[in-house]
Amino acid sequence: MLLLPRYVTGRETMIKRSFIGLFQPQLRYDTIGSALPKIKAVRPRKSVQILVEGPMPPAKSLLLKTGDKVKAGQKLQLTAGNGRYTIAPVAGVISAIEPHIGNFGRTYTAITITIDSTIGMDDRFQSESGTPSMAIVRDYLSTIPGLLPSALSMVPSEKEPVIHTLVVLGMDSDLLVNTRQYIVKSETAALKNGIRLLKELTGIEKIIMAVPETLSQDAMATGAQVKTLHSAYPSALPRLIVKEISGKPVPAGKTCEETGFCLISVETVASLAKAFENGAVPQEKLLTVIDKRGQKSMVSALIGTPLKDVFDSLNILINEGDRLINGGPMTGESIYTEFSPILPDMDAVHVQDKDAIPLVENSYCINCGECVRICPVNVPVNLLVRFLEAGKYDEARDEQDLDACVECGLCSYVCTARIPIFQYIRLAKYELARIQAAEAENA
Amino acid sequence: MRNQKKLIVSHAPFWHDGSSIAARSYHIMAAAMLAVIPGIYHYGASAVGVVCLSISSAMLWELLFNRIAKRPVSIGDGNAAMVGLIFAMLIPAATPWWAVVTGTFVAIIIGKQIYGGIGANPFNPALIGLAILSLSWKDHFDFNEALLTYDLPFSMLYPLAALKSFGAGAIASFSPLDLFLGRQSGGIGATCGLALLIGGLYLIIRGFIRWEISVSYLAGVFLSALLFQFFGAPGQYAGPLFHLFTGYTMIAAFYLATEDSSSPVYFYPMLIYGAAAGIMTVLIRNIGAYVDGVVFAILLMNLVNPLIDKIRPKAIGKVS
Repeated sequence: MLLLPRYVTGRETMIKRSFIGLFQPQLRYDTIGSALPKIKAVRPRKSVQILVEGPMPPAKSLLLKTGDKVKAGQKLQLTAGNGRYTIAPVAGVISAIEPHIGNFGRTYTAITITIDSTIGMDDRFQSESGTPSMAIVRDYLSTIPGLLPSALSMVPSEKEPVIHTLVVLGMDSDLLVNTRQYIVKSETAALKNGIRLLKELTGIEKIIMAVPETLSQDAMATGAQVKTLHSAYPSALPRLIVKEISGKPVPAGKTCEETGFCLISVETVASLAKAFENGAVPQEKLLTVIDKRGQKSMVSALIGTPLKDVFDSLNILINEGDRLINGGPMTGESIYTEFSPILPDMDAVHVQDKDAIPLVENSYCINCGECVRICPVNVPVNLLVRFLEAGKYDEARDEQDLDACVECGLCSYVCTARIPIFQYIRLAKYELARIQAAEAENA
Repeated sequence: MRNQKKLIVSHAPFWHDGSSIAARSYHIMAAAMLAVIPGIYHYGASAVGVVCLSISSAMLWELLFNRIAKRPVSIGDGNAAMVGLIFAMLIPAATPWWAVVTGTFVAIIIGKQIYGGIGANPFNPALIGLAILSLSWKDHFDFNEALLTYDLPFSMLYPLAALKSFGAGAIASFSPLDLFLGRQSGGIGATCGLALLIGGLYLIIRGFIRWEISVSYLAGVFLSALLFQFFGAPGQYAGPLFHLFTGYTMIAAFYLATEDSSSPVYFYPMLIYGAAAGIMTVLIRNIGAYVDGVVFAILLMNLVNPLIDKIRPKAIGKVS
């Protein structure tokens, strides 16, 4: 068995190295066909959980407490002032407020609401949303399905870079995922309104929708400018889309926003339109669920619905040792439990059987150069990884082009030594950002 | 808490293309074995013995060092076995057992492990082994002396030694086709150009070695030998085909120069590295002191490899 590559077995869905290894593998995005799959609607059974970004405020300043009754669509403000908030997706009783720690130590406040549909609906947004304005968007809609990009949810300040182009992402950035494409195909009317609305509210004239070739007709109908993307991964990653549109790469170390491009999910645009149309904050998140055999289902569920409810309704059995992924196979993030809630920007959930999980190894770079040849932005990965393993993040950024990385994960995908390169890169970027933030604070 | 199932939590990407160091090593070994077959056919059991001893002792040295250095056991990745096999292919079938064991010691411990193991060796380990041994016990690695007792149905004169000692006139009896088919004396697995070529093409097509290095190395040897023949006095230098099919040229093109750790990974550096190693090979053979230039040509290029590999495209988006 050692001599032969492990080819796709019945259980595995991943793409293996082709027999002829002389050419680089081409991973293609799954583009959606003209026949749209049926959406399966999933209702939460007992409770929902909403994650609000940021550390949990001290009990004294917390405006919510367990036992509070909340209406569906009610704005839940954590602390007084213009602070963080979320919208209750269901009516019910708050049964827990607890701190929650995500990947890379990101902190959240988790609010659990036990469903009680007798409590009813909240109509404050309806009464205030008569005339759409950016203020209302910021006040109510920053957590709508698709998530409002921070460049739009913040009050513009002098320091912030000027956004001159809105890029509507109509193509899913990762493999296997179909969510955004589905919305381009099925929500043309809402997208048309949404794009008009965005133009009015933000004053940004240039709105470009990035879609795969197959969806360019549908995208055209929304009134946005259309940019078609190549069907080979990783063309739909944010930095590469901006490069494609502007004709020049996003400078290393700068964000897309800093170069004047704000990227916004097509789902956000549709949700914005629907919010003002219906007078209610949209809470239905569309997601692609990929099961262990690679079968895909489109699911519509309220934000906060435990994933377990989704799996139960699709008859997906999660066993000990399986892996749950928020997002696609290349850039997603592991989910810790099947009780995790659906998040506003969770476009896909990918379930991997424990037998299909390729393990990383504690090996060293053998300098085969596969990573170097597949890197879409010419990062010297073979040298970079040596610096990252040693924790030399400053040198990695200054000399080995760490900050030019577009985070596609291809280097890890092809790594012969199975080094978790992509994780090293993410960790290094996270650490550098932390150091930078600490320095800025102390300055 | 709730009845929780424990899930595997790890990081992206959640797919892998299935390649591994072990698969790479075993494919290279399988391809190289093809060239060992003519050696075994010609030299019989002693060739089998040298190959087996070389592979097994290389693995044992690696294991021993893993234990002494208290590092994870790494013989499973096949690299030590591969180094052992390639070392055996370079040496005469009559090499005494102690020389084989010493050679693999030098290759594995001094050539690879003291630098930190796989991927960290600046030089090709098998060539380090051969270079140190052939300098230490010259007679055992001189093919004319070592293979004196063998009487095979072709000239047992080592072609490159004949060229060095007696000039191009002495090699008229070697036809390029005979040399290519392995009818010459030499290392156990280094003489049959055809078998080496087939194995090498297999590895190139499967993506286990990089074609840029192999092709540029062969081109470097061919062109520089051609220039020598063209500009040298008639009968002074051997022709390009002779240089291609004798000594270690063919095995170097596919198994020595392409060693991952000590060769470049970018396109132009690979071409420069291969071509320079090829030119250096012919320079040493034609005007240097050694009979075969391959060993030192490649070791020398290994040395400058980190510098050549700095010739690389700027990362996209990087300003300075």
